[in-house]
Amino acid sequence: MTEAKHPVIAEEPLRGGQMWSRVLKRGQRLRLTDLEGGAAVAALLFNADDLSERYNMPDTLKAQHIARLTQNCALFSDMGRILCSITADSVGWHDTVTGHSSKRHVQTKYGSGSYQQLRNDFYRNTRDNFLVELGKYELGKRDLGPNLNLFVKIAIDDAGNLSFVPNSKAGDFVELRAELNTLVVLSNTPHPLDPAAVYAPKPVNLAILAGTPAPSDDPCRLVRPENARGFALTEAYFA
Amino acid sequence: MLVESKLDPQSAIFDQVLEAGLGFTHTLEPGQIFRIVDLEGNQAVDTLFYNAKDPSDRYSAADTIREQGNVYLSTGTRILSSEGNTLLTIVADTCGRHDTLGGACAAESNQVRYALEKRFMHSCRDTFLLTLSSCTHDMTKRDITANINFFMNVPVTPAGKLTFEDGISAPGRYVELRAETWVRVLISNCPQLNNPCNGYNPTPVRLLVWAAAG
Repeated sequence: MTEAKHPVIAEEPLRGGQMWSRVLKRGQRLRLTDLEGGAAVAALLFNADDLSERYNMPDTLKAQHIARLTQNCALFSDMGRILCSITADSVGWHDTVTGHSSKRHVQTKYGSGSYQQLRNDFYRNTRDNFLVELGKYELGKRDLGPNLNLFVKIAIDDAGNLSFVPNSKAGDFVELRAELNTLVVLSNTPHPLDPAAVYAPKPVNLAILAGTPAPSDDPCRLVRPENARGFALTEAYFA
Repeated sequence: MLVESKLDPQSAIFDQVLEAGLGFTHTLEPGQIFRIVDLEGNQAVDTLFYNAKDPSDRYSAADTIREQGNVYLSTGTRILSSEGNTLLTIVADTCGRHDTLGGACAAESNQVRYALEKRFMHSCRDTFLLTLSSCTHDMTKRDITANINFFMNVPVTPAGKLTFEDGISAPGRYVELRAETWVRVLISNCPQLNNPCNGYNPTPVRLLVWAAAG
């Protein structure tokens, strides 16, 4: 993290249960910091200049031959362009294959947790949070596909079996650099495979950092030829 | 899990061969059985399913994977929708496992994966878009979510790598699904010429439907 090169231009807390969205301008960075350990932030990405273009899980995985996300990974859209790249990561594994919770998951696991009873500590679920935040951009259910699960590790064994692994510690962070003007939609809600018996999503700090698009020697670009072509297509879009 | 079907193709109410590079859509009634046969082996059959009454309730790779606790699809897999409904169940499978992480090829992803000059090549997303344009519901790119690749072998390693391997399918292997509700099937029989999964040789598949039992 180079504070001088990338000064913080905005900073705010993301409470447990809260959703959030913002357009990151091309080159800006979003740094998420797990304040207490055990954070789980679900994320969706869209091209803010054309919301029909969005994060594509399979294209991201197959371009880079990966089944998890970490530093120097590119997050591809369905149009061969890169929405964001992961410029820093102290965690090492972020899931993108196991989706998000619904109202049914949360109620079955944790109980009703109604607003009437708990006011703003009520039990929010990821799907409903996404639908609310997407609705602000006139997007809806049909725009809700496979998401990122930042700070979450779901291990996959040789037979393909999944297991939840405690992953992120207090102070861990991950940083996304916008390569398009990117609408980032977040929901800070428990992952459905988290075995915790109590509903207790952890607080996360969000910092927006100033910055510039990826230089020619950027590690995210150079890590594989597929990424170099993704950056070339992204740059051609702005040419 | 390898499970053979007892159904006789002679009694199928629908039986069609779909060439590589073509699209297909069909509505299944609850209880009907749908079989896809890999006629020549190692073909990838890119497939999406929708609740035929409300296509916004559609196949969800993430929900299907997570709720069964495994990334591969085979006999017993419940094909779940984005609303948590079971659209279909895999009731027979002579291939062994099927991918749902690799998605569909597209002109743009071909440029990323293979070369910027590959944009002209035919792709599954083109087929999906054209086939959706014939549907009565207003279905567009928004409705093309992460799909199933029947017969495609995309192993995941414990270190988090994704590998594209020679197929584990062979001529005549099939997968069979029972519709649990009204289901729209959308298929692109993959035209990909750059991927070892199909031996660089896209081939036809056979699609059959049997009436609901009893």
